[in-house]
Amino acid sequence: MTTILKVDGLKKRFGGNEAVSNVSFDVNEGECVVLAGDNGAGKSTVIKMISGVYQPTAGQVHFNDTVLTGKSPEAVRSLGIETIYQDLALADNLDPGLNLYLGREKTRRILGISFLDRKEMQRNAVEVMKSLGIVVPDPSAPVREMSGGQRQAIAIARAIHWQAKLVIMDEPTAALGVPEQREVMALIERLKKKGVGIILISHNLPDIFAAADRIIVLARGVVAGERKPSETNDEEIVRMMMGATL
Amino acid sequence: MKSLLNAWSWLFLVLILGFFEIYAQTQTGNTFLFRIYNIQSISVAASQILLLALGLTLVIVAGHIDLSIAFTTGFAAVAMALVIRFVGPEAGWFTVILAMGVGLLAAIIVGLVNGWLVAQLNVPSFIGTLGTYGIARGAALIVAGGATVSIRSDEARVLGNGHILGIPIPVVAAVVLAIICHYVLTHTRFGVHTYALGASRASVERAGVDVKRHLVYLFVISAITAGVGGLIYTSRFSAGAANAGEPILLYAVAAVFIGGASLTGGQGTIIGTVIGAFIIAVIQFGLVFCGLPPYWQFVAVGLVIIVAVLVDQSKGRLVGGST
Repeated sequence: MTTILKVDGLKKRFGGNEAVSNVSFDVNEGECVVLAGDNGAGKSTVIKMISGVYQPTAGQVHFNDTVLTGKSPEAVRSLGIETIYQDLALADNLDPGLNLYLGREKTRRILGISFLDRKEMQRNAVEVMKSLGIVVPDPSAPVREMSGGQRQAIAIARAIHWQAKLVIMDEPTAALGVPEQREVMALIERLKKKGVGIILISHNLPDIFAAADRIIVLARGVVAGERKPSETNDEEIVRMMMGATL
Repeated sequence: MKSLLNAWSWLFLVLILGFFEIYAQTQTGNTFLFRIYNIQSISVAASQILLLALGLTLVIVAGHIDLSIAFTTGFAAVAMALVIRFVGPEAGWFTVILAMGVGLLAAIIVGLVNGWLVAQLNVPSFIGTLGTYGIARGAALIVAGGATVSIRSDEARVLGNGHILGIPIPVVAAVVLAIICHYVLTHTRFGVHTYALGASRASVERAGVDVKRHLVYLFVISAITAGVGGLIYTSRFSAGAANAGEPILLYAVAAVFIGGASLTGGQGTIIGTVIGAFIIAVIQFGLVFCGLPPYWQFVAVGLVIIVAVLVDQSKGRLVGGST
């Protein structure tokens, strides 16, 4: 397994408050790393330093052979790191095809005038969704009519359609019902099979154990420990989240 | 079911046309609908409303509003009239075209200020354009010296009152602009981003679209269609008035909402707005035709706005429940 992302000694200070003190970890190809931790442990700050939203006070992030630190969110995304936020950032009134292509829409010319190629975009969206194991009931219906799991799939489809090598997911199951949580877990498995690395933020223990290849527990801005799911249990993870280190 | 409900505004238009036709047949023995004069009058009234409502539709789809259009129309009308008056009665085509250019420029300035306020300074569009509503009104009154600027130009009169293939030129202008706005909203990337902006600003921002620039374009488009309304006003009445657009502001906003747009953005079409404008124009003309005092049209249009919103709400409930 090759390492695709290397997070090295990240530190972030907001005024007098140190949100992240010292965080280092790696992510390999096709691996799902869960960042676990209580509220305020620094999970969100860490992923924002990876995605370019925040610049670290100290430390660096390497992606393959590129240094990400200092790059803008757009530059990080174009290198192949896609972040899926809780709100998914979908345009609910548009169909899956337009959501998939938003900002990079396909057009075709008729008599020299350019028109959106809605049909082609819908076809491709259905295709990508199928590769994620999701059947789109009506490709021309707005995504607001789809289930929470299907909507999550569109956000993920957008990431893989544009060749993301690493997908960061922030609490993807937080707002979902039980069957939809299962759908998302299945999506994560399929993404891993495609060789995509995943960083998953969660504080839902069943999710953590279902999805993770490795669990990295953050507490008060430092890595409190790293475990494989097979070598640990709920109790130990909770204890580490609460701050009893290693 | 959904398509049926979306068609309600068509149905409503047909219903009121039918109502006035029956009224005309039974009360006067004449026809309402099948007289060229009536059709032309209704079309001209609808095109006046439309010119303000077309650009406004795009702004409302994006989740914003532009109240300044009423006086953008007046500002453009006065600017055009002043240029023609400055050159004198033997103005000629060149001057008229130059005057129209100046009028449009005046409108575009208002649009740029609106865009700057909303995009750059994050002023809510309702407040920002309420401010420019006042400013454009004042500016138009100041440059016009507080009065109507009358002009004498045969060329302008031809533009305002002439016909192309029997169709009044103001109607032709509105149709051309409606087709352009429809194309932009439904067939271009700009249109998709406008809809997406109305649904979720984050979706467009994360797609790498320059949202600020997009907003400025939207307000400039709105100002341009309102400005064209002003140019046509000056041409039709051989006078530029600062309050040229004021009586139609409410109707323009109403046309957009009757046409299916939502105050929260993300919805609305140009075709809907066109139907909305015709519904209002038919009510306006029809009530006068029935011999009612013209004040009743305000009441009628007010009622239609409320009905439109109620239908829109129940549409959401019905469709939401069935899926």
